Amino acid sequence: MDLERPLPTPITPECRPYWEGARDGKLMIPKCRACGKPFMYPRVACPFCASRDVGWVQATGRGKLFSFEIAHQILNKAFKVKTPVVLAMVELEEGPRILTNLVGVAPDPKQIRCDMPVEVCFEKLTDQVSLPMFRPVGGGAR
Amino acid sequence: MSDLAKMRELSSSVCIVGVDESDELGTLPGKSQLSLHVEAITNAVRDAGLKVSDVDGIFTAGQHSPATIGEAIGVVPRYVDGTTVGGCSFIIMVGHAVLALHHGLCDVAVVSHGESGRSGVGVSPRRDTALPGQFEFPYGFGGAPTYFGLITTRHMHEHGTTLEQWAQVAVSTRKWAALNPKARNRDPLTVRDVLDSRPVVWPFNILNICLVTDAGGAVVLTRADRAKDCAKRPVYVRGAGEGSEHVMLTQMRDLTFSEATRRSGEKAFAMAGVKGTDFDHIMLYDAFTSGPPLMLEALGLAKRGEGVHFFAEGRSTPGGKLPINTNGGGLSYTHSGMYGIFPIIEATRQLRHECGARQVPNTKLSLVNGMGGMLSAAGTLVLSNER
Ligand SMILES: [Zn+2]
Repeated sequence: MDLERPLPTPITPECRPYWEGARDGKLMIPKCRACGKPFMYPRVACPFCASRDVGWVQATGRGKLFSFEIAHQILNKAFKVKTPVVLAMVELEEGPRILTNLVGVAPDPKQIRCDMPVEVCFEKLTDQVSLPMFRPVGGGAR
Repeated sequence: MSDLAKMRELSSSVCIVGVDESDELGTLPGKSQLSLHVEAITNAVRDAGLKVSDVDGIFTAGQHSPATIGEAIGVVPRYVDGTTVGGCSFIIMVGHAVLALHHGLCDVAVVSHGESGRSGVGVSPRRDTALPGQFEFPYGFGGAPTYFGLITTRHMHEHGTTLEQWAQVAVSTRKWAALNPKARNRDPLTVRDVLDSRPVVWPFNILNICLVTDAGGAVVLTRADRAKDCAKRPVYVRGAGEGSEHVMLTQMRDLTFSEATRRSGEKAFAMAGVKGTDFDHIMLYDAFTSGPPLMLEALGLAKRGEGVHFFAEGRSTPGGKLPINTNGGGLSYTHSGMYGIFPIIEATRQLRHECGARQVPNTKLSLVNGMGGMLSAAGTLVLSNER
């Protein structure tokens, strides 16, 4: 089967719990046991206090659309989703920001606003890999 | 000695004595990336009235190491620096060269750039993609516009900046390009033209985004005592500063304010003993129309959200009160990928008063600021034709 998107690669060891969580429909994020702050992207020391005591928690999957853009062309030939596509930065309720796609909304800057509430959904790419994406809370644009 | 006194001691101890581009700029399928370096270096050394064999400090960023550049020009350097933090690396390296020259670690430094950004001749792609490959590429990110667009949208949300205001940056810059025979795009441009151009990644149309060209550029520096014997009027490096905050855009602490830029400016201004209001000429790294306004905000020259006002007719434009990007910028003159060498070249030429139709009358103090990555790293220079 031809994939519409490049698979996340290379999945590095410190990021594996994130991708295993996504496969199971859970948004897992690292959290420092020393200072209590969650963070992204996964790394072996906390970016806030440098503690090596890092664990994982399940995020609520809620957050806000911190910023977005509408891509009319994609440079990466391995990305075959029909444009326009909404590229987004979401700020999770827990604080960390991640890049993602906003789905379930018209790719129109008049329909999308920064800070609008969003929630996670997962797009299955293979049996092993699902991608966290986000949609407006309530399922659509106002 | 205090930190400030130590920095002040470096101020004006070193001069830019030679600048030039590669023989040609633009679409050059017949020239390798390495050749663009070598052309620029030989041209800039000639501009200084020096010989290539005088060069003993080599500074370069990008795919080629300073060892490769030394070998290519037949020099065994006493000092090398290959700091690569994005397109501003060359601006940062001028500061590094000041240190090395001041302390006698080398006598003639060359900062060199060559990039076959358009034609890809002699280019070996080699990138660290472990993080973007997992967290960005599966979503369609990749290529600078897909990142800088997020910064720009958030700025519009927080400050009410408009597409028309970003477009005016391109219009102002094009007016300067019209006066530069080396600029690639010199036809007149209107705000409407920018708004009607092909959409790439909203909020950017194609005319909000820099050119992609093949180009080289080099800058030659030496200590102020030796600079007097060079061919052209010396340009003093009065201040230099650098900063580096993030690489991944999700790690930028404030998406509309570059901490790297702020820090680089603060250090450069302190070393030079100047304020943001002292400059009569400004060069800013314009990979996107929204870049220069955000740089002015982070440098403290403009209030947050108000950087766009600097680009109004009669301000940044030819004949205006505070000319910005007088070579025509990455938007209209040339942009090979790592653009940072070119604003240094233009500022030096302006301060030597050798710019012909685009010369800013009586300019004395020039600000050069550039970014690496997505406002991730930054370099600032304060350059002057007076000590
Ligand atoms: Zn911590």
